[in-house]
Amino acid sequence: MVGICAYGGYVPRYRLNRAVIFKAMGWMNPGTVAAAKGEKAVANFDEDSLTMAVAAGMDALSGIDRAKVGGLYLASTTLPYKERLNAGIVAAGVGLGEHIRAADFTGGLKAGTTALLAALEAVGANAADCLLVCASDSRLARPASTQELVFGDAAAAVVVGREEVVAELKGSYSITYDFGDHYRGQMSMFDRQWEERWIRDLGFDRFVPEVVKGLCATYGLTVKDLSTIVYPCHYAPARKSINKALGIPPEAEQNNLQLEVGDTGTAHPLVMLAHALEAARPGQKILVVSFGSGCDALLFETTEAVERKKPRRGISGSLAHKAELDSYTKYLVWRNILPADLGLRAEEDLWTRWSVLWRKRKEVLGLWGTQCTRCGTPQFPAQRVCVKPDCGAVDEMREYRFADKRGSIASYTGDMLAASYNPPAIYGQIEFEGGGKYMFDFTDCDLEDLSVRMPVSMSFRRKYVDTRRDIVGYFWKAVPVKEVR
Amino acid sequence: MPTGIRNKVAIIGMGCTRFGERWESGAEDLMVEAFVECLADAGIEKKDIQAAYLGTHFDEVNVGKAALPLALTLKLPYIPVTRTENYCATATEAFRAACYSVASGVYDIVLALGVEKLKDTGYAGLPGGAGRGVVNFLMEANRTAPGCFAQLATAYSARWGIPMDTIKRAMAHISAKSHANGAKNPKAHLRTVVTEEQVMAAPMVAYPLGLFDCCGVSDGAAAAIVTTPEIARSLKRNQDIVMVKALQIAVSSGEEASYTSWDGAHFVTTRRASAKAYEEAGIQDPRKELSMMEVHDCFSITELVTYEDLHISPKGGACQDVMSGFYDLNGEIPCQVDGGLKCYGHPIGASGLRMIYAMYEQLLERVPPERKVKNARLGLTHNLGGVPWSNVAAVAIIGRE
Repeated sequence: MVGICAYGGYVPRYRLNRAVIFKAMGWMNPGTVAAAKGEKAVANFDEDSLTMAVAAGMDALSGIDRAKVGGLYLASTTLPYKERLNAGIVAAGVGLGEHIRAADFTGGLKAGTTALLAALEAVGANAADCLLVCASDSRLARPASTQELVFGDAAAAVVVGREEVVAELKGSYSITYDFGDHYRGQMSMFDRQWEERWIRDLGFDRFVPEVVKGLCATYGLTVKDLSTIVYPCHYAPARKSINKALGIPPEAEQNNLQLEVGDTGTAHPLVMLAHALEAARPGQKILVVSFGSGCDALLFETTEAVERKKPRRGISGSLAHKAELDSYTKYLVWRNILPADLGLRAEEDLWTRWSVLWRKRKEVLGLWGTQCTRCGTPQFPAQRVCVKPDCGAVDEMREYRFADKRGSIASYTGDMLAASYNPPAIYGQIEFEGGGKYMFDFTDCDLEDLSVRMPVSMSFRRKYVDTRRDIVGYFWKAVPVKEVR
Repeated sequence: MPTGIRNKVAIIGMGCTRFGERWESGAEDLMVEAFVECLADAGIEKKDIQAAYLGTHFDEVNVGKAALPLALTLKLPYIPVTRTENYCATATEAFRAACYSVASGVYDIVLALGVEKLKDTGYAGLPGGAGRGVVNFLMEANRTAPGCFAQLATAYSARWGIPMDTIKRAMAHISAKSHANGAKNPKAHLRTVVTEEQVMAAPMVAYPLGLFDCCGVSDGAAAAIVTTPEIARSLKRNQDIVMVKALQIAVSSGEEASYTSWDGAHFVTTRRASAKAYEEAGIQDPRKELSMMEVHDCFSITELVTYEDLHISPKGGACQDVMSGFYDLNGEIPCQVDGGLKCYGHPIGASGLRMIYAMYEQLLERVPPERKVKNARLGLTHNLGGVPWSNVAAVAIIGRE
């Protein structure tokens, strides 16, 4: 049996009420009021598609032996690097080994389902026992555009394998068209779209039924056999007409999360799938459809394990963990749409030494330290001489990963002097459960909520952006967890 | 058995510039200013100096690398000159090296000079992360000096169960006391008197440290000329001689940063260095025997915990001593009698020698009555370079012969 063994999701903490956007920009394009409902998920200033992919991947992999995972497929249209394998960064972040295959899937918005299909087929062909698929997007739209209201940021991840399958792959069907509804060229920062009526009436209204009917015909099914149908279309009228054309009953239509998250691009079919699986019961047929330069349709059937194996956080957990972003300009600054002045302190040139990053790659990307095999003390950064005063063993270390460990705050501050896109810059000493400590930046928190001994979990984040050389650097930050579990 | 530095070296001359935002002065000007005062005080000529040590920290924004800036500026005639750098203990290290040169018998008369030109960065606070190096910038938190030291306060509050309001009030007293002392000192950077209320109401820099909890970022230089006790007595007939009693330094081992036994609320290094310094100087009870001190008050919280780490205030009890006026100018151990880093200012590479200068001028009773310490016999200086979890602590004790 080949299928989904585990899954996870990540929606960033910050939500921007669309009324806030419309209030700021609606004067310029009053017609966008139709899209100005609900809220959209917004990545923090230190988040991007790779950090969200790591967060979703870690959620999916919780409790899974990383050594069993033979590779990582990453899907996104907002990858920070054109050259430098983005999936390699995510693989190091989630803690996979280095003798794996990894690939970036990009281009059309159906890249997420294409990556999932490629992984399922690779496992089906016995090319790997287990593969991780992450889909993540954080698309930029021009201020006052419809897309600015529609788009949201999120990621989802799926572990594909043969053991303990929660949803078995039963079939798939794909269609591909060069359909220029949305596009970004080599140099584009923002999405561009053609007339919405054309996207809606020719694109969604035609392609979604086409791929669903194609799949049903191939496998001798009817829409009535399906418990849940996942398809990402934010146009409410188009959803109505698609549901009507296909005969999808209301209870089978999976929530597209438009009011809670927004359209998350390549991630969206997987985000909706993860959300559907969180509530699924055994023996249900779930159809997942993507949209973008055509469609993929993947048919799954859930197993007994679907009720037993739920993600640690998932989409539901992420939705519950939210904070309001009450400022439109803060959103613009975080996404670098508004070039705010960080001050002279921020202008120091600290250019990346790639050979240093190579030597430190396990510490920087994977938060690996060492554990003394003589006394058992975990330590970060990696040490050759044991830090325990009465031990001091030399070169008796094993690798030890801190990224999955919980920690607690030993001391902290909120710093108004440090250059930050979200002042005050909050940081402090973290002591890890089981030992080890380090001074980390904190993120996704507010100074007034903090206290010594508050628990934290670790999160992979952007550490710096070198705009001169077009480099994004990554490291780990501590996320305080207000509610003690 | 090592016998230590006690009574083996004498200070025969010192000089210290006015500290502050010296927009019109470069490092060369500051070095010359401190040196001219120092040489005149010593009563010797430049040719009598056999070796020299230059202390300077931020070579990236300052005078550049090596000892050459000192030799080239003062036109030292092909003598051995060495640069020392050890964060905020830099100048104390230059002084220590000069003292050891004399104590070893290799040289008779040695110069130590510390200088820093900080106000050429274009922004407030110390220069940022460039000095941290190419590895640390990949991982270290986006931190500044106030944010690093501010964490002493959150950890101290948790460690001793003392409410932050109480700590804030004690910190305010510390800063107000230093402002009162600095206001009387014409060479100090910040010369305004402030109240505790003003300190507590100041804008936040790094929680819980407000603007007045932070020391001045200044330009300045300070210098000392040291020699053997015999030469000092021959040069300074019928005058008081100031002797070096102790020079100790302790450097973090990585334990505080990477091992979980440290509470984040004290300086392991200061405790070690000061205990050794008292032993070296023959001091049994520092609370009773010290006349005065200059401690590393880069931030008010640093000064607060340092009172305990110097084994003067009881552990967890510094707030009471502070509020009782123990460290005020008319208290039992006046602290920061010249204004401290807080108000005299903090040009990193000069500060250790500036502190020794403050003790030296008190020991020789060269200060006007309004800022004079009564019966000054033994003065301690303390430098703390780095961050609370990884630092260099230097303690020097000097006294009348």
